[in-house]
Amino acid sequence: MPGAIYAEGLVKTFGDVKALDGVDLDVPEGTVLGLLGPNGAGKTTTVRCLTTLLRPDSGKAVVAGLDVLRQPDAVRRSIGLSGQFAAVDEYLTGRENLQMVGQLYQMKAKPAKARAIELLEQFDLADAADRPAKTYSGGMRRRLDLAAALVVSPPVMFMDEPTTGLDPRNRQLLWEVIKRLVSSGTTLLLTTQYLEEADHLAHEIAVVDHGRVIAKGTSDQLKARTGGERVEVVVHEREAIQPASEVLRGFGKGETTVEDHMRKLTVPVTGGAKLLAEVIRELDSRGIEIDDIGLRRPTLDDVFLSLTGHVAETKSEENGKEETAK
Amino acid sequence: MSAINDSAVIARRNLIRMGRIPEMLIFGLIQPIMFVVLFTYVFGGSIQVGSSSSTQAYREFLMAGIFAQTVTFATAGAGAGIADDMHKGLIDRFRSLPMARGAVLTGRTLADLVQTALTLVVLAVVAVIVGWRTHENAGKVLAGFGLLLLLGYAFSWIGALIGLSVRTPEAATSGGLIWLFPLTFISNAFVDANQMPTFLRHIAEWNPFSATVQACRELFGNLPPGFKAPDAWPMQHPVWASLIWSVLIIALFRTLAVRKYRSATA
Repeated sequence: MPGAIYAEGLVKTFGDVKALDGVDLDVPEGTVLGLLGPNGAGKTTTVRCLTTLLRPDSGKAVVAGLDVLRQPDAVRRSIGLSGQFAAVDEYLTGRENLQMVGQLYQMKAKPAKARAIELLEQFDLADAADRPAKTYSGGMRRRLDLAAALVVSPPVMFMDEPTTGLDPRNRQLLWEVIKRLVSSGTTLLLTTQYLEEADHLAHEIAVVDHGRVIAKGTSDQLKARTGGERVEVVVHEREAIQPASEVLRGFGKGETTVEDHMRKLTVPVTGGAKLLAEVIRELDSRGIEIDDIGLRRPTLDDVFLSLTGHVAETKSEENGKEETAK
Repeated sequence: MSAINDSAVIARRNLIRMGRIPEMLIFGLIQPIMFVVLFTYVFGGSIQVGSSSSTQAYREFLMAGIFAQTVTFATAGAGAGIADDMHKGLIDRFRSLPMARGAVLTGRTLADLVQTALTLVVLAVVAVIVGWRTHENAGKVLAGFGLLLLLGYAFSWIGALIGLSVRTPEAATSGGLIWLFPLTFISNAFVDANQMPTFLRHIAEWNPFSATVQACRELFGNLPPGFKAPDAWPMQHPVWASLIWSVLIIALFRTLAVRKYRSATA
């Protein structure tokens, strides 16, 4: 039996750009799937296809047991969408925004109002309830947007880069909200550019590139494929590269790579911070002067590098815009 | 039923916005008031309408033209508003909700209709101050304003389509305005079309905009002395022509705009 969100062979072409090239997804009920990938990879297009905003050229999509292409209105009643931009009316107050969305979910005016007040409390916006959203900070707007997606407590939620552009504190706050939501049984598909975010929130991660899912698994599985953690050392002088590399060989679990021009050495390790301390002591005892040293965990770039052999094109901001602009 | 409720919810939302951005309404009024004053005092007396070149005859002739031009400017407002909603991602939110498909646009155009009505009231007061008078009964005068509102409503659907087709609110504003100038100037709005060169005269006589202007002049009793309506059908039956044009514009552009909305993407 397919999960709460199911997609098979989704294809979507804009002109000669193949935004989706056969996306397959299966999210069991009550779990969180993190869709991870750089801008322009097809994350937003996938979400748009699953939320009835975009009609795929081919493929199959089922959300909450409903065929997205054949029963779009029934699907809309069962989903909540929080997009890349805080889609709230900035001249309406928080309460008016939520009440409007409630009424458009076909609630009557009174229950819609009551629900709005309840959500504003829940999202720590009660004090700002009667101020136009224009006066809200970025984090408050995102919370209001998320609240709008939750007005009818839909069984399936989609969040497209919910924390992009937020400061760390607001990101943490939003993560808490999302976790609470999931613990109440909601199925969630979340797109993100941050491995850390997927790590934190998702049960399973699907890595997307060029409109395809190129890897799937838990964050530990993906990290294992990426090669786990590494120690990175930048030595002060070029002459120190040779002795430093000998030290690292003693600790490493694999080959040491050297970037000559940057005087940087990298070696895969296991053992975390404790091992790092040992490396530092050893380098120090040999009198090797270092400019920088650190323990690196796999980043999105590393996941990409290992999975596709190319670096994530994070510069392609425009691609992402294109994707939504078509 | 949800179509009516949803449209009402959206109309209410746009009216709340309007109340919180009063400068939009105020700037929307300055331009037509300026036209009333400029045309009355600068051109009045030097433009011959019918067989009269008196200032008063032109003043009364002019107002229907300015009223009609003002209501068509609702195009820019609707266009900019909808383009802004697209830009901010609101259209995406609405499209992901289980609401009636045309309601976002219907709600917007209805709110614009309210704004147009307010603008007309203020403009009529200014017109009376500078000397405009009607010479027909109140029923006919109100019917004239009804035709103006219908024309404005029709044009706001053109604006809705423009708003959905461009990428920025700025583009929607200029895209909603530039073509209005030739449309309103190659018409009977400001001059007696009988005095135009033949080619332009034909355009002016069949211009949808001219039909409403001519209808209002009849209903307001503002036809200048010695004025002979051109033989073209819309000028002989301006009230019918105005109704038909407005309904046709609504039918066509509503269909196109709603279709565009269904596939719209911010």
